[in-house]
Amino acid sequence: MSDIVLKVDNLSKQYRLGEIGTGTISHDLNRWFAKIRGKEDPYSIIGQVNDRTKKAESDFVWALKDINFEVKRGEILGIIGKNGAGKSTLLKLISRITAPTTGSIKAKGRTASLLEVGTGMHPEMTARENVYLNGAIMGMTKKEITRKFDEIISFAGCDMYVDTPVKRFSSGMRVRLGFAVAAFLEPEILIVDEVLAVGDAEFQKKAIGKMKDVTNDGGRTVLFVSHNMESVKSLCNRGMVLKNGMVQFLGGVEESVQNYIEHYVEENRSRKWPRKEAPGNHSAALLSANLQKDGDPAPNAIIETGDGVVFNFVFDYKESREVQLDVTFHLFDEMNTLVFVGSTGKTGDGGVLGKGVLEAVCKIPKNLLNEGNYRIGRLLLVQNRGTVLYEYKDVLSFDVVRRNMGLGWQGQKLGVVYPKLDWEFKSISNYND
Amino acid sequence: MKEKWDLVIKPSKGLLNFNFKELWRYRDLLTMFVKRDVVTLYKQTVLGPIWFFIQPIMTMVVYVVVFGNIAEIPTDGIPQPLFYLSGIIIWNYFSECFIQTSDTFAQNQNIFGKVYFPRLIMPMSKVASGLIKFFIQFFLFLGVFIYYMTQGVCFSFSLSLLLIPYLIMLMAGLGLGFGLIFTSMTTKYRDLKFLVQFGVQLLMYATPIIYPMSMLEGRLKDVIYLNPLAHVVESFKYVFLGQGDLSFYGLLYASIFTAVIVFMGMLIFNKTERNFVDTI
Repeated sequence: MSDIVLKVDNLSKQYRLGEIGTGTISHDLNRWFAKIRGKEDPYSIIGQVNDRTKKAESDFVWALKDINFEVKRGEILGIIGKNGAGKSTLLKLISRITAPTTGSIKAKGRTASLLEVGTGMHPEMTARENVYLNGAIMGMTKKEITRKFDEIISFAGCDMYVDTPVKRFSSGMRVRLGFAVAAFLEPEILIVDEVLAVGDAEFQKKAIGKMKDVTNDGGRTVLFVSHNMESVKSLCNRGMVLKNGMVQFLGGVEESVQNYIEHYVEENRSRKWPRKEAPGNHSAALLSANLQKDGDPAPNAIIETGDGVVFNFVFDYKESREVQLDVTFHLFDEMNTLVFVGSTGKTGDGGVLGKGVLEAVCKIPKNLLNEGNYRIGRLLLVQNRGTVLYEYKDVLSFDVVRRNMGLGWQGQKLGVVYPKLDWEFKSISNYND
Repeated sequence: MKEKWDLVIKPSKGLLNFNFKELWRYRDLLTMFVKRDVVTLYKQTVLGPIWFFIQPIMTMVVYVVVFGNIAEIPTDGIPQPLFYLSGIIIWNYFSECFIQTSDTFAQNQNIFGKVYFPRLIMPMSKVASGLIKFFIQFFLFLGVFIYYMTQGVCFSFSLSLLLIPYLIMLMAGLGLGFGLIFTSMTTKYRDLKFLVQFGVQLLMYATPIIYPMSMLEGRLKDVIYLNPLAHVVESFKYVFLGQGDLSFYGLLYASIFTAVIVFMGMLIFNKTERNFVDTI
C-alpha cells in the first residue's frame, strides 16, 4: 500500500474578472444552449494566466492552472508564494469550499481545514456552547467534544470564563479558544491557512508546538500556508512555491524558501530598452530604470527593513531647446497607499538641460521603509516645474523583507514606514511638580 | 492497482449525487445549529421566549378587529380567535421555513467560505428550529382551544387528528423546497430577495388564512386550490375545528407538489453549493 494520502491531479480553477451581474443571464443561456447541443462550455476555454502585472485580456483568469502534487502521510507541506499566487484558492479547493474547474483532488481519511479560527462562533453564546458549536462545524461529534472538552478549555487558557458569553472576551482570547478547538481535531489531513498571524508570540509558539506534536505522534499530514518564512522553515519538512497560479517549485523546505526568496526579490528591479524601442513620445523617452540595495549591487540582494535603496533612471530628452527638467516618482506600497513622492523639483536638484541623455540617481535612506512590496507607480519627466513631458506607469517594484530580530512582534506589519527615530531616554532623579 | 480514496473532489458531480451518509455523520451539527438559533434569539431581551406568544396573539387580535369586525369576513361559525389563530400558527411555520431557508447562502457566506460541512445542514436546521417555535405556538393554540371548550363550544374529534404530523411535514417540505430554490437562485440574481419578502405576504392572501374556503365559489375557488398550501391549511382547520375542506385528492395534490418541490430544491441546491462562493 502506498503512503500517499493526498493526490492532486491537473487541478485548475478559473475565475471571472470584473463584475458579476451584467450579462450573466445571457451567459447562462449560452452555456445551457451549448450544453444541450452537447458542446463544450463556451466560456471555459478562454482565460489567461494569473499575472497581475499584465493587463487583463480576457474576462476570465486562471487562479490555478494544472497543479499536480502528492503528499505522503506524516508530511508537513508548506505552501508559499506572493499574494495572489493562488495559495488560498488551492486551500479552498482542497477544503471543498468551492469546486475546481478541471482536475481532481483525492484524499484518504478525514480532512479538516483551518482557514479561519473560530468559524461560526456566536458572540452571544458562552465559551462552552461555542466550543461545541465550533467543534461540530469542524466535523467533530458531540461525544468527541465532550471527551476533549477540559483539554480544549485549558489549552485555550480560559477555564475561568467557561460560562461567559464570548462577546465579553478579548479578541486574543477568542482566537485562542478557536485554535484550541481546532488543535484537538483529529483529522488525518489538516489544512492550515495563515491563522497563526494573530495572537501573541507566546500563543504562536504554543500553537506551532501543538501542530508539531500532532504530526509527530499521530502520523498526520499538514498543509500549511504562510507568508512567514521562519515559521514555514521551523514547521514544515517539504515546501511548494506557487507563482501566478502554477507550481514553480516543489521540494525540500529549505530549497523552497530559498527559491521563493530568489524569485521574490528579483522581480522588476531593472528595466532597460534600446533607444529605438524606448517607451516615450516626441519630446522624451525612458531608456532604463533600475534599483539596488544600498551597498550591495548584486541584482538579487535581499533588501531587509533598515536597508537603503538606490534608484537610477535614465531618460532621453529629444527637444533641442534648453528647459528646466525634473524627475519625479511616486512610491506605492502593496496596499496601493502612496508612501511618498520623490522629486528633484522639491530639492532643487533638477537642472536646465538641452537635448541628450540624462541620468537621475536617488537614494532612499536607511531605516525608512517597512517590510512589504513597494512599487514605483508613476515616473515623470517634468518640464519647467509644471508640464509633464512623459509619464511611465509601474516602472519598478521590489520587496523589503522583515529583518529577523528574534522573537517579538511576529504579526502583521505595523505602519507604512519603519523609520529610525531619535530618542532620548533617561531617568529623572530630582523630579518635582 | 486501484487505490481506495475516501474523498474525491471533481469539477462536477452527478446531478442526483446526494451524500446522505455524510449528512447523517453531521447530525450533531444540526442539533447545535438548532440550539444556537433557539438560545440566541431572545438573549438580552426581558420577555425572552414570551415573544413566541406575543407575536401570534397580537396578529390574531389585529385580524379579529380588521378582518372579523371591520371587513366582516365570515369564519364558518368558528369563534374568530380560534379561526385566525389556527391559520396564523400554521402559516407562520411555512413562512419561517421559507424565509429562513431562502437566505441560507447569503447569510452564511462567511461560514461557508471558511469551512466545509454538508450545506444542506443549514436549511434543515432552520426547519427544525422553526418546528420548536411552531410547537410553542401550538400550545398557545391548544390553550385557547381548551378555553373555548370549557365555554361550551362543541368540537367533534375524529381519527383525522392523526393527520397533524403529516400536515406539518407538508408545510415544512413546501417551505424548505421553495426556500432551497430561492436561495440557490439568489446567489446569482439578487433580485429574488425582494420577491421573497413581499411574495410571502401576497401568498398568504392566496391561502385561506383570513377567510374560509367555503366563502369562495367557482373559478376563484379552483384558482386558490391550485395553491397546495390552501389544501394543507384547510385540512388543518378541519382536523381541529371541524370546519374546512378535507379532501383526499386535495391532500394528494399537495403531497405530490411538495415532493416535487423538495426534490427540485435539493437538486438545485446541490448544484449551487459547490460554486456559490465564487458568484455570491
